[in-house]
Amino acid sequence: MATQIIGSTVKRREDPRLITGNGTYTDNMTLPRMAYLTILRSPHAHARIKKIDASKARAMPGVLAVYTGNDLKNGGVNPIPVGWVLPDIKIGPHYPLALDTARYTGDGIAAVVAIDRFTAQDALDLIDVDYEPLPVVVNAEKATQPGAPQLHPEAANNIAFYWKIGGGDVERALAEADGVIKQRLINQRLIPNAIEPRAALADYQPATGQLTLYNTNQNPHIIRLLLALVLGQPEHKLRIASPDVGGGFGSKIYLYADEVIACFASKQLGRPVKWTEERTENYKATIHGRDHVSDVQIAYKKDGTITGLKVKTYANQGAYLSVFAPLVPTFLYGPMLQGPYTIPNVFVEVYGTNTNTTPVDAYRGAGRPEATYLLERMVDLVALELKMDPADVRRKNIIPPFLNGVYQTCMAYAYDSGDYAGNLERALTNAGYVELRKQQAEARKQGKVVGIGISTYTEITGAAPAQVAASLGAAAALVESALVRVFPLGKVQVMTGSHAHGQGHETTFAQIVADQLGLEVEDVEVVHGDTDRIPYGAGTYGSRSQAVGGAAIYVATQRVIEKGKKLAAHMLEAAEADLVFEDGKYSVKGVPSKAVKFTDVALEAYWPRKVPADVELGLEATAVFNPSNFTFPDGTHVAMVEVDPDTGKVTITKYVCVDDVGKVINPMIVEGQIHGGIVQGVGQALWEGAVYDDNGQLLSGSMMDYALPIASYFPKFETSRNETPSPVNPLGAKGAGEAGTVASTAAVANAVMDALKPFGVKHIDMPLTSEKVWRAMNGKL
Amino acid sequence: MAQLQITVNGVAYQHEVEPRLLLAQYLRDVLGLTGTNIGCDTSQCGACTVLLDGVAVKSCTVLALQANGSQVTTIEALKTNGNYHPLQQAFWDNHGLQCGFCTSGMILTAVDLLKRNPNPTEEEIRRGIEGNICRCTGYQNIVKAIQAAAAQMR
Repeated sequence: MATQIIGSTVKRREDPRLITGNGTYTDNMTLPRMAYLTILRSPHAHARIKKIDASKARAMPGVLAVYTGNDLKNGGVNPIPVGWVLPDIKIGPHYPLALDTARYTGDGIAAVVAIDRFTAQDALDLIDVDYEPLPVVVNAEKATQPGAPQLHPEAANNIAFYWKIGGGDVERALAEADGVIKQRLINQRLIPNAIEPRAALADYQPATGQLTLYNTNQNPHIIRLLLALVLGQPEHKLRIASPDVGGGFGSKIYLYADEVIACFASKQLGRPVKWTEERTENYKATIHGRDHVSDVQIAYKKDGTITGLKVKTYANQGAYLSVFAPLVPTFLYGPMLQGPYTIPNVFVEVYGTNTNTTPVDAYRGAGRPEATYLLERMVDLVALELKMDPADVRRKNIIPPFLNGVYQTCMAYAYDSGDYAGNLERALTNAGYVELRKQQAEARKQGKVVGIGISTYTEITGAAPAQVAASLGAAAALVESALVRVFPLGKVQVMTGSHAHGQGHETTFAQIVADQLGLEVEDVEVVHGDTDRIPYGAGTYGSRSQAVGGAAIYVATQRVIEKGKKLAAHMLEAAEADLVFEDGKYSVKGVPSKAVKFTDVALEAYWPRKVPADVELGLEATAVFNPSNFTFPDGTHVAMVEVDPDTGKVTITKYVCVDDVGKVINPMIVEGQIHGGIVQGVGQALWEGAVYDDNGQLLSGSMMDYALPIASYFPKFETSRNETPSPVNPLGAKGAGEAGTVASTAAVANAVMDALKPFGVKHIDMPLTSEKVWRAMNGKL
Repeated sequence: MAQLQITVNGVAYQHEVEPRLLLAQYLRDVLGLTGTNIGCDTSQCGACTVLLDGVAVKSCTVLALQANGSQVTTIEALKTNGNYHPLQQAFWDNHGLQCGFCTSGMILTAVDLLKRNPNPTEEEIRRGIEGNICRCTGYQNIVKAIQAAAAQMR
């Protein structure tokens, strides 16, 4: 009998279908009489729509319908709601197709439905739109200045929200410090780039009033909730199914206009309607990430103690507030600016502003990479100023171990558990830090440009304690559900509200159940991603699946065991209190021979022979897990880089990390998450960046113009873990999905700055492209 | 419309197709071979990689008609007689995939790579898959999988 499956590497059960080309991605699906949807997007970043003439498109053979914003509005379609409502937030309504004003180049103006893909594409060219271009603003700070173009009458000076948080007395810390460093830091805009573009297939059945939406999504129940509100489709006649999804990274959390239009069209036409995004469309119409401009002041003492941090951030929200956008630069960012340090005085204020750009929302890490990058760059600037080793400044300030309690930060959050200082030392030891510094000194003597960077982080995951989240502005509870159903022959189905799009839940969730029930992993099937098959759940984002979804499965499994115990007691003719459950067997305490197998109890539950009539039959249980706190993974990453003095090209020569993501269910999968996370974070440090011109045109509008990380850019990562179980869920899990990304950007950026130290360069903004680095080295910035 | 004659995974087909129909669209929409995924439309991501007369190509950059008279192999044909191709097996064994969307193209690129270079170094593998973007894995386990398959196939 398999035991201790939790914590073991189990090969993924989703792989056989994916390595053979049998995945069910949304665009792979076809339905009889399926029509195709295409969307005409504004060529202008800001324009008044004076007139739309779609008569020629409507007359084209094969075209079934053309819709404008007013057609949708008159058909009862509401604006897409914002799901995180901060106090005094100003929300400019986001209609799925623009009514009278286009506010960014991804804004939909009209939609065509036709009998095939090509006709739908061709018909877009026959729609005449008379635009009156308006002045454009793309920069989050400039958008707030007097005279800036205004996007929404609701949001004066384009400020959708102003938010602040603080702890201690930062002004006093600044006044009493031995030194204060002021620095402007830009955290550039990124494009998520899940390799599967988004897709939607809406299937309305006029005879029953049932609407099914197959889509590329991370949280089907949240989509159902939002779509019910936008379309007026009753939620009990609305099914969302997100089958295999080709990566999300946050970009597939939200309800998008395109999906609403597909549903509207399917309802209007009484036939299935499919929309599939092209990559260039994805770059405009799917959310972007990051895009902060921050002015930072850090106060320190001569010995390296950091006494205060004051931050003012302009967070670009794009043309409309996306569903969870207001959460990202506020609660996921501001209170995390204390990071893994004992900084007693922190103040942060954030302006969330509208600009004529693609909406910005949660992208892998969501707020925590921004906080970590800011803090870790500032720590290095303190080290530079004091001529201290950056490792020593971190040692001076890092929170001491708190393994059996919580650490209350100076702002909102109480960290759950951790050995931050220990992980810093482990990472430095694993990297051979002292030796690396010697190598660096030697290399510099030979004229080489070599740098070492450290990033020490803690982040926030495991959303969310429902009552806390509601008090912070959540418009829907972010708890998680599970249903564990045992069949008569002892096989198990697990219905989870979490959603996997690469994370391997079909394996790890089965491990949780098999481990508890004493079954093989193969005996447990995991069902996710279909609102008609799973209990209400909040989905997967923010590294929450194990800490909340996995915990719900654990609790439901325990309830199944308890329920089975009542049946087993009758089967064994023993008192329930005398029974123990171990290795898949109920036995009488101290009499191991008097036992009954779990699988036999399962049969009894449906086909009773010994159980009396007053005992409830069946063997399944549900659980909704509402955690008592967030979880806070942490760790330290160390990167070494070499810069080509002739070209400025950065090569990563060594990468070492220690991460504490809490208790690990499957080490192979966690390591894979860390690898992928590191690469995405390094992508931001060195290559990636969404660039708009002053007219709001996206210059980095395709994969040819936006530099994604490729295999040859990287050395082999040396990863390791330290497990500090989280006390806030029974699995002890914290969350592994984003840790790599949170940490790696700052590690590599700090390494490049360290390399450039002999050139007198203190800071340059990301991405640290060859040209930018070369210019910095040659005084030509 | 124009006449296309093509052999895909050993089966001969004849179809009337639009001249602008891409090979990737032909495989997916006409033949229903949806294991070939489309990720970018600009030949950057490599998700749509197939073997055209034994050579890895990005099928979103090949018109279906350009493949007239050719043999095409897609991911669906790699498992033979119930046995995974060593690369499929190695991707599974080494956690060389997460969401799976790039996997078909990545595996077929690796088939071509190992045919040209049965004993590649790590650097040669990393360079050899430069035309295939994976956003999930960070590439490390893909490299490991290709190394394992190469050893198996030698």
